Amino acid sequence: MAEHSSIHGVVADFDSPDTLLDAVRAARAKGYTKMEAYTPFPIHGIDEAMGAKQSILGYIVLCGSATGLTTAILLQWWTGSIAYPLVISGKPLFAFEFGFPIMFELTVLLSAFAAVFGMLGLNGLPRLNHPIFNYSGVAGSSDDRFLLVIEASDKKFDANETKDFLATLGAEKLEVIEA
Amino acid sequence: MADLAFDPKAVEQLSPPLVTGQPSLHDVTEAVSIHTEIETHRNWYIALAISGSVTLLLGSMLAYLIATGIGVWGNNNPVGWGWDITNFVFWIGIGHAGTLISAILFLFRQKWRTSINRFAEAMTLFAVACAGIYPLVHVGRPWRAYWLFPIPNADLAMWQNFRSPLLWDVFAVSTYATVSALFWYVGLIPDIAIIRDRAKTQLRHTIYGIASLGWRGSATHWKNYEKAYMILAGLSTPLVLSVHTIVSFDFAVSIIPGWHTTIFPPYFVAGAIFSGFAMVITLMVIARWVFKVEHLVTMTHLENMNKVILATGTIVGYAYATEFFIAWYSGNEYERFTFINRAMGPYAWAYWSMVSCNVISPQFFWFKKLRTNIPFMFVLSIFVNIGMWFERFVIIATSLHRDFLPSSWGYFRPTIVDILTFFGTFGLFITLFVFFTRFLPIIAVSEVKGMMIQTEHEKHYLPATTTGSTEPVKAH
Repeated sequence: MAEHSSIHGVVADFDSPDTLLDAVRAARAKGYTKMEAYTPFPIHGIDEAMGAKQSILGYIVLCGSATGLTTAILLQWWTGSIAYPLVISGKPLFAFEFGFPIMFELTVLLSAFAAVFGMLGLNGLPRLNHPIFNYSGVAGSSDDRFLLVIEASDKKFDANETKDFLATLGAEKLEVIEA
Repeated sequence: MADLAFDPKAVEQLSPPLVTGQPSLHDVTEAVSIHTEIETHRNWYIALAISGSVTLLLGSMLAYLIATGIGVWGNNNPVGWGWDITNFVFWIGIGHAGTLISAILFLFRQKWRTSINRFAEAMTLFAVACAGIYPLVHVGRPWRAYWLFPIPNADLAMWQNFRSPLLWDVFAVSTYATVSALFWYVGLIPDIAIIRDRAKTQLRHTIYGIASLGWRGSATHWKNYEKAYMILAGLSTPLVLSVHTIVSFDFAVSIIPGWHTTIFPPYFVAGAIFSGFAMVITLMVIARWVFKVEHLVTMTHLENMNKVILATGTIVGYAYATEFFIAWYSGNEYERFTFINRAMGPYAWAYWSMVSCNVISPQFFWFKKLRTNIPFMFVLSIFVNIGMWFERFVIIATSLHRDFLPSSWGYFRPTIVDILTFFGTFGLFITLFVFFTRFLPIIAVSEVKGMMIQTEHEKHYLPATTTGSTEPVKAH
């Protein structure tokens, strides 16, 4: 591994989502596990092909929802019946009926925060730089190119061998990128 | 049905193309990014100068209002709510179509939304910005506006009344503004990264690089991103319905005849969607022509939106009829008086303007020739916007101007400050658009590309999947 410490991995540049997907499957069949694809839009089925786990974002959002709901209940109950009890139009000091709109709004608000910041956190964003930006054709990955990177941290990784293997999968361009 | 799937022509007829002229993925990137990259056109400065001046007018009117007091408006006793709340509801309603397009149509897998959702979401955000001004300044002492929020502070020394729908409204509108902004920004991240990757100068690269937060479109990124987008759409859908429901509670929870009705929440939501779609048509007709994206925002999109306008306009008409029926059927004489007065009293001119714009005009969209005619739909969308403004005005002014005692009857007349402030909000709305269309992709590029590839797959694999073959690449 030591000799690869300055290498991030090998990039293979494909021209369509289908060739990329085939390449991912072939790489998995060959025994590679540490790989990442860079694409201009989400490719359906690529997570399964790469053997990636489902996103855990849903659970983060659930925590946000629970926090929002609890906050709204406690806020309305505590301010209305403990901190500043005042009978208005004979209504109770606290009731779920009139508390509902704000319970709903705060649940949505904190869930949305959890969804956005949770997504950014899971993706490690914001981030100033990343080795993939060392690839000369990286701009294509947001336009019409589909990149597959087999990373140097993979046990099977060998710069030359991996490069030769990726060449057999129909990549139009191959490059070893630095870390 | 199976036969239809095998005949490409029949498929084409069932689902007309959403992108015409078969551009490549790169062509789409090019078409959508180019307007942020070319040298600033002289017309852009002219547009900015005009809309900017109108925005300055808004600023000066607000400064005058805040310095003097809300007596500079036409609000009086008994009409305590005038153009302020009318315009607030008008603008917030316009915003709703943006969320509807971005969230509800997303959940229903309506592919045609992809070309227009970015633009519609921007419209939401800018409309909410215009709407937000009114509740803020109509409190009279806007420097005390933080009293609306449960912030512990020494000078108020008490807590908000959570039993009041006006406070629910504070939470609903601020949540709506925040979530709309988040949703819009999340959608923008991958597309800002495209502009970053195309940047010719270091400065552009840095600015768009920071704005895109270092997005790199990896499979991991997309996995979490799609999940987040789906969740935000799922959250925004009930949110948008709740916002106008709560806005309608401002009226419905009171005991004023003409406001105190249970039909208000659904009727307000339908009206909001109706007016919002009309505004999208008004803006989109101009934008697709100015930015030459007619092949991405096609007649199919416009026609679909016109169908939504027809449907929601008819719902609104039905709600007007129901209101009248219930006023009669309730046997409540105050309720009856309010509605007869609405149609035949001093505000009859406003009432019938509303009916002709909202109920009669959308019915023209039953005819395909008319709903696919661009000048016609443009004019009609403006009529709908006028009609929906009148709806809010009619609800507010006619219900208030005849108080329970004839000695407290009055009439609302807007002052020049009312009029110029409202005119000024259009300046703000357009100025924000002028900046948006100059610096950001106005079409959700990555979504359109994904949709193109998906549609391509469906065409290729439809026969194979219907015969039960296991095709490795399935379009979801």
